Amino acid sequence: MAKEIVAGTTSINAPIGPKRKAKMSLMARREELTGWLMAGPWIIGFLLWTAGPFGAAAYLAFTDYDILSTAQYTGLENFRVMLFQDELFWVAMRVTTVYALVSIPLQIGLGLFLAILLNSRIRGLAWLRTLYYLPTILSGVAVSFLWVWVFSADWGVLNYVLSLVGIQGPSWLTSQDWALSALVIMSLWSVGAGLVIYLAGLQGVPTELYEAAELDGAGRWRKFWSITLPLISPVILFQLIIGIIGALQTFTQGYVMTEGGPNNATLFFLLYLWRNAFKFLNMGYASALAWAIFAYILVLTLIVLRLSESWVFYTGEIKGRR
Amino acid sequence: MSPNTTRRALSSVNLAQRIEKGFIYLILLSGGLLILVPLWWMISTSLKRPAEVFTFPPTFLPETLRWQNYVDIFEKAPFGRYFLNTTYVVFMDMIGTLLSASMVGFAFARLRWRGRDAFFVLTLATMMLPGAVTLIPRYLIFKELHWLDTFLPLWVPSFFGYPFFIFLMRQFYATIPYELDDAARIDGCSDFGVWWRINLPLTLPALAACGIFTFNATWNDFLGPLIYLSSQNKLTLALGLMAFRGPHVTDFHYLMAASTIAMLPVVVLFFFAQKYFIQGIVFTGVKG
Repeated sequence: MAKEIVAGTTSINAPIGPKRKAKMSLMARREELTGWLMAGPWIIGFLLWTAGPFGAAAYLAFTDYDILSTAQYTGLENFRVMLFQDELFWVAMRVTTVYALVSIPLQIGLGLFLAILLNSRIRGLAWLRTLYYLPTILSGVAVSFLWVWVFSADWGVLNYVLSLVGIQGPSWLTSQDWALSALVIMSLWSVGAGLVIYLAGLQGVPTELYEAAELDGAGRWRKFWSITLPLISPVILFQLIIGIIGALQTFTQGYVMTEGGPNNATLFFLLYLWRNAFKFLNMGYASALAWAIFAYILVLTLIVLRLSESWVFYTGEIKGRR
Repeated sequence: MSPNTTRRALSSVNLAQRIEKGFIYLILLSGGLLILVPLWWMISTSLKRPAEVFTFPPTFLPETLRWQNYVDIFEKAPFGRYFLNTTYVVFMDMIGTLLSASMVGFAFARLRWRGRDAFFVLTLATMMLPGAVTLIPRYLIFKELHWLDTFLPLWVPSFFGYPFFIFLMRQFYATIPYELDDAARIDGCSDFGVWWRINLPLTLPALAACGIFTFNATWNDFLGPLIYLSSQNKLTLALGLMAFRGPHVTDFHYLMAASTIAMLPVVVLFFFAQKYFIQGIVFTGVKG
């Protein structure tokens, strides 16, 4: 089993269990019933908490709804306002996109780099891995406050360290030019999340491949480009997609650390959505925003998947019953 | 080549390798240091006297350890209450997640029923669905149920199963030999019994991973409590922390003490159960 876990080679759609016989025996019928019963909570939950709300959001997006009075159907009005009148929509879109565009490649690159270093037969591997993973379990408000204090312009540790090398640090979170960069820096603190996964992928690459390449005179770069990268490319793709979905829905940092400011420099999309829904009670308009971010994530994911055909490499699928 | 030159060639290779190893250690340890500095900064500030907090250059070790900060925060806000509230939500959420993920994952991995594969694909699709889309309608549902300002919206959905954990469990079930199920059935075990008595004990490591992830996610959750809770005595830690941030001047020694306390359970759990953490994350991340 363990040998089969080479980076992403096991298909999730591999059939499990032997093929059903044409005629259902009593036992098979009982199994059928138990299957539905045991999956039942999820199926009901799916209708209740996912499919239902999904449809409701689609309807609400075409209405004017403030909770207090009944929803008024307004056709495409919400979308017209969003696209052609609401400047903040475009600001939020830009802030969120820039954040994702900068932080995701940095996280993947740095994570991969550190994973490769960790994979070079060093002592203290488990220790270092634990250390790098530690920040990723910490998230939310407490971490946001921790970083508010790190980024403090006059008393923060970051500007102190910068002053040691003769750099006068910016005022980070209160500076319109630097606030978003500060949040990108903060996101790199949890580079360990991807790192642990890349490391596992690297450890799954068969050493014979490297030995064979060495016999053929391959250098370090050659081995990296021709063996390592292709073999862990499915893992990178997975991290890329997860990263897009996560980064485009950034909320807590923006709410706690900067309140979207200064001057909307960190107005993340979800924060803008939250304001419309729960501060201004524009549930209809907020639903339209929700659909916009959904469409955006969907399109980006599809583009990434389409492009991935040219750079993601799947080894011969191990199919069938495992 | 004489044995001597071979040895010399080898030792020069060794030297190059050693230098390289040295560089690798240097980079990795500096990275580790960068990870620790913010944490250190938080803890050290949490123990400083108010006067020492705003000094430049900052002191890395507090001149005197002021443990009183940690006592004060419990008086400045109903911190104990927040703790209890958070623990309650986390506890209920964990029970719900473990029960549903284990059961539904079993149905997907080891039972044959019509519609299974279609529903499994649906599960994967749901995993990709951004939570932002269902946020508002869910809120309206809970409002209709008169569940606003109660803990119910925060844990009831867990009993219906979260797709990520169902997926994790399903993947784990698939690694257990099917012969076990067949043998148990021949001995007269029901399908339900095959889950409860045969499979469940074998999936404890995966359940541990699910439990830890749930603990973590729920403990740190901010958006959920922010939307659903409003009464002072019902806040969770994540919301309660906001009280320590003043509108103009913030008492950073209190804020850092409160943040440290809020992080502590997660860190303790991590150090005791990191094996399951890493197993779980690798299991879904690499195999997916």
